[in-house]
Amino acid sequence: MKSELEAPTSTVSGEPIALPGARHWQALRDADGIVWLGLDRADESANSLCAEVLEEFGAALETIAARAPRGLVIHSRKPQGFLVGADIREFEHFADPAAAEREILRVHALFARLETLPFPTVARLHGPCLGGGLELALCCRHRVALEDAETTLGLPEILLGLHPGAGGTVRAIERLGVAAAMDLMLTGRQLDARRAQRLGLVDRVVPARHLDRAARALIMNAPAVRRPPWWNGIAATSVARPLVARLLRAQVAKRARPEHYPAPYALIELWERHGGDRAAMLRAEAASIARLFFTPTSRQLQRLFFLQERLKTFGKTAEMQDAPRVHVIGAGTMGGDIAAWCALRGCRVTLADREAKFVAPAIARAHEAFRRRLRDPYARAAAIDRLVVDLAGDGLERADIVVEAIVEDLAAKRALFAHVNAAARPEALLATNTSSIPLAAIAEELPVPARLVGVHFFNPVDRMQLVEIVTTPQTDPDAATRAAGFVRRIGRLPLPVASAPGFLVNRILAPYLQEAMQLHEEGVPLAAVDRAALAFGMPMGPLELADVVGLDVCLAVGKVLAGASGATVPAVLGRQVAAGRLGRKSGAGFYRYRSGKKLAPREAGDGGLPAADVIDRLVLRLVNEAVACLHERVVADADLLDVGMVFGTGFAPFRGGPIAYARERGSDAARARLVELAGRYGARFEPHPGFESCFS
Amino acid sequence: MNGRTKLAGRAVYLVDGARTPFIKARTEPGPFRASDLAVWAGQALLARQPFGPAALDEVILGCIAPTADEVNIGRVAALRLDCGDRVPAWTVQRNCASGMQALDSAAQSIAGGRAELVLAGGTEAMSHAPVLWDTPAVAWLGRVSSARSPLERAKAIAGFRPGYMKPVIGLLRGLTDPVVGLSMGQTAEILAARFGLTRAMLDAYAVTSHERLAAAQAAGRLGEIVPIIDARGRVHDHDDGVRPDSSVEKLAKLKPVFDREFGLVTAGNSAQITDGAAWLLLASEEALAKHGLTPLARLVDVEWAGLDPRQMGLGPVHAIAPLLARRALSLEDVEYLEINEAFAAQVLACLAAAADPHYCRGALGLEQALGTIDAARLNVDGGAIALGHPVGASGARIVLHLAHVLAARGARRGIAAICIGGGQGGAMLLERE
Repeated sequence: MKSELEAPTSTVSGEPIALPGARHWQALRDADGIVWLGLDRADESANSLCAEVLEEFGAALETIAARAPRGLVIHSRKPQGFLVGADIREFEHFADPAAAEREILRVHALFARLETLPFPTVARLHGPCLGGGLELALCCRHRVALEDAETTLGLPEILLGLHPGAGGTVRAIERLGVAAAMDLMLTGRQLDARRAQRLGLVDRVVPARHLDRAARALIMNAPAVRRPPWWNGIAATSVARPLVARLLRAQVAKRARPEHYPAPYALIELWERHGGDRAAMLRAEAASIARLFFTPTSRQLQRLFFLQERLKTFGKTAEMQDAPRVHVIGAGTMGGDIAAWCALRGCRVTLADREAKFVAPAIARAHEAFRRRLRDPYARAAAIDRLVVDLAGDGLERADIVVEAIVEDLAAKRALFAHVNAAARPEALLATNTSSIPLAAIAEELPVPARLVGVHFFNPVDRMQLVEIVTTPQTDPDAATRAAGFVRRIGRLPLPVASAPGFLVNRILAPYLQEAMQLHEEGVPLAAVDRAALAFGMPMGPLELADVVGLDVCLAVGKVLAGASGATVPAVLGRQVAAGRLGRKSGAGFYRYRSGKKLAPREAGDGGLPAADVIDRLVLRLVNEAVACLHERVVADADLLDVGMVFGTGFAPFRGGPIAYARERGSDAARARLVELAGRYGARFEPHPGFESCFS
Repeated sequence: MNGRTKLAGRAVYLVDGARTPFIKARTEPGPFRASDLAVWAGQALLARQPFGPAALDEVILGCIAPTADEVNIGRVAALRLDCGDRVPAWTVQRNCASGMQALDSAAQSIAGGRAELVLAGGTEAMSHAPVLWDTPAVAWLGRVSSARSPLERAKAIAGFRPGYMKPVIGLLRGLTDPVVGLSMGQTAEILAARFGLTRAMLDAYAVTSHERLAAAQAAGRLGEIVPIIDARGRVHDHDDGVRPDSSVEKLAKLKPVFDREFGLVTAGNSAQITDGAAWLLLASEEALAKHGLTPLARLVDVEWAGLDPRQMGLGPVHAIAPLLARRALSLEDVEYLEINEAFAAQVLACLAAAADPHYCRGALGLEQALGTIDAARLNVDGGAIALGHPVGASGARIVLHLAHVLAARGARRGIAAICIGGGQGGAMLLERE
């Protein structure tokens, strides 16, 4: 939570320095002769590096250098943060890799100028300092950062299928050593200020009240520049580099395949080949990132990034200033985890269930989750206090939002909402987390059915970013917007969908999971089915995923969908559930588990089915169902469908989602292949009638 | 006799209350800190009120030994209960009556017109009592750390004595009177000897306490308890020190713990060491009307008495006598009594003293005996011997429970009284319309 007491921005005063024509930058010279150059990008809520900002920056540096100051402090005049990185909207303007490389080399020249200024330079950091922002900061001699929870440093380019491109690969390794720098760049993870200091990324970490003083002190008595440990010199020799590179590749290979994600491998190769020659590595970095811009992987990841931003705009008009009071009814896995997540994100939550013993597991999981996610013991204690066990249901009357997460039973839900509707405040938002019951059926008996909105979380709540906002044509649009605003407030991505059976994500996922079960029934080994999906780029095989979701849940969703479409649920699913093999939670499902860990199955061979058939049967059924959803307007457009499947199920991100995949493959080819599979394996592969209109 | 203290001014009402189960201390610190206990009980109590926590005028919490990181534990609890920055809060300490003192302080605020709505109670995590260094050991540490030269430092280190390693158990130190040098158990031994109590009498009293608590649990008469859940997901929903199978034969096997050779006071006929918290919500007439609250009982009067620390266990009698006199009441007018069971010997001594004309004349200045305290109307749902005595919380618990007893049994008047280490007694008179 941001402190009202201490503003993170600079309060230094002095004589202004004219920067002719500058819209984004301001400079002043203080009594010590230090120039403070502040960025406040016009017309944007966050600072990012666009061509205009960079051009003005170059001009400002020359103006300042001409006045030979005692030193230069670069800071952000936005309370929100320092710099979130390059403005990736401008990437689209590059015509080809050569044009991109020319632009990048201009940035290189600018950053080199900053790096070689003949007086001390300090980057004064608060809030996000990411990507190009950190690369800029790395060109300064010293960095001072704010010690709060919002201050994060990182080089997340890899998450867009890129690597740092403004000299960051060279300067991060120089500053941190190869191990720490590669870890930062290959994972894209963000560090808080304390960790950044421990790694040597920043020189001082101080509270807001000392940021200006610390920046000044670093200029007035500049300490020696910190160097990484001695063994980094050895790792960087031409003999050691190939060995280290091999280790790095092995690390990356556990998470990403080169054919899916080329950027990490490009980064490792960049260092392996040029790690001993600064100038050559800088040149090669520019060429490498220019190439990566144009890879399909990066294009898709960039597209998803923008779609993610688009999801964030839902509910923007209903943005909540204060954290809402949330009342969650039902402390099962979903209800308990939703309550804990809301408390983690600052809401006061009452978690209601009939008896303490039903709530107890949720409280234990919440303690565990807060321990994992909140390093600060005071923040952890506060989160625990925000999560209040409410056996009497007292929180209902004061709640801003009521989330129902009880058993999937229509009569029980109707009875509950009759009570909720009577007791809750009239302006309270009523939400159900149902995954299988049509919203209209639950809302039907309410005095004002328009009041109820579906807010459908995915399991595990703390890892799945997507939340479906489910509405019917009768739903009050204002209630839907407020539901989306709530989902934004707790840091999740709202996706508006229509209340069709299974909604969007589960409905598209179901045929994919069922086809996997069917393949297994036909004798394809578990591992062969899941391997095919992994090779496609899914984060987890479908049979393992079914085990994780829970086979009872799969069966319930399958039945709802079967009831709606006349499709059949694979017999094996019913047999597993009847035998009490419910998946990971019961110790066995398709796989066996020991203390939550999957055991290797005892099978061999590939079942005699061509791998291409296995993957096409899995993925094309999923694509076909996606087409059906678009056709039935379960979701507004193909982009939202794609981003929903990526963030709701982990659908291979580099492929951009099911519709993007079908487009890439060629919609005609995909359709023809479905016809072929239908001939060989049955009518469930018949292309949906909407196939052509969907891709036209 | 008119007593030394009284409650004067506007009417004060008990509106509602809640407590945690009292959790018996095992061999290691319990799962909740003192403030955690107060927060759990307070959250449930405040959640069911028609007003928000910020509507409180102040929060007062009794606690004998808050840990070093939450010395004003009242304020810690208030902030953690979401009362907001603007609700002032403080902590009171009157040893075993700290929880009752919090209620008295709240009542005075309301009676005097300073406050309308006050949350008051007590909390104690006795299992978290600190282990301390002896003063000579601390002095040695100081000499070592302030040594200026290596030689000086070596000399200072050489001054170490093995005795410095012996930890001081804070809990035991706290249960020893610092003026007369007797442990609380020894003051109970003095009373047992003075009033001719036998080991069998003490143990029989202890058995009754367990039986009554077990019966109250079985009959669901402890609705004041809020179930609480620890970080490992274990539910604590009842006073777990109860031994429904307790018997005089079993208790007879225990060895005396304070006067080890010839004493009568054992762990079995003394209050248990437990963790727990209890809160009450106190309100003025105006607050009742403003928030539409129905009072549980009226807090009519309060008395605090002082007596010889060596017989602190008679404190309840010393407080009850002037309270009754001031209100022109006799023991017969009081339908239910709660006397905190620090020790069976101490409660039985109170009964004996009240019935003894000689004692009442000499020590209380009465013309005759105070009267008979009817055991059937005393601690009807058991007491601290069965459910424990988290010292800061007990005073609030007995008042809370007395209010529930009066309500459940349709009674009009009751007194809750407590003995206080250091030689004091406190009593509160409750009435229902």
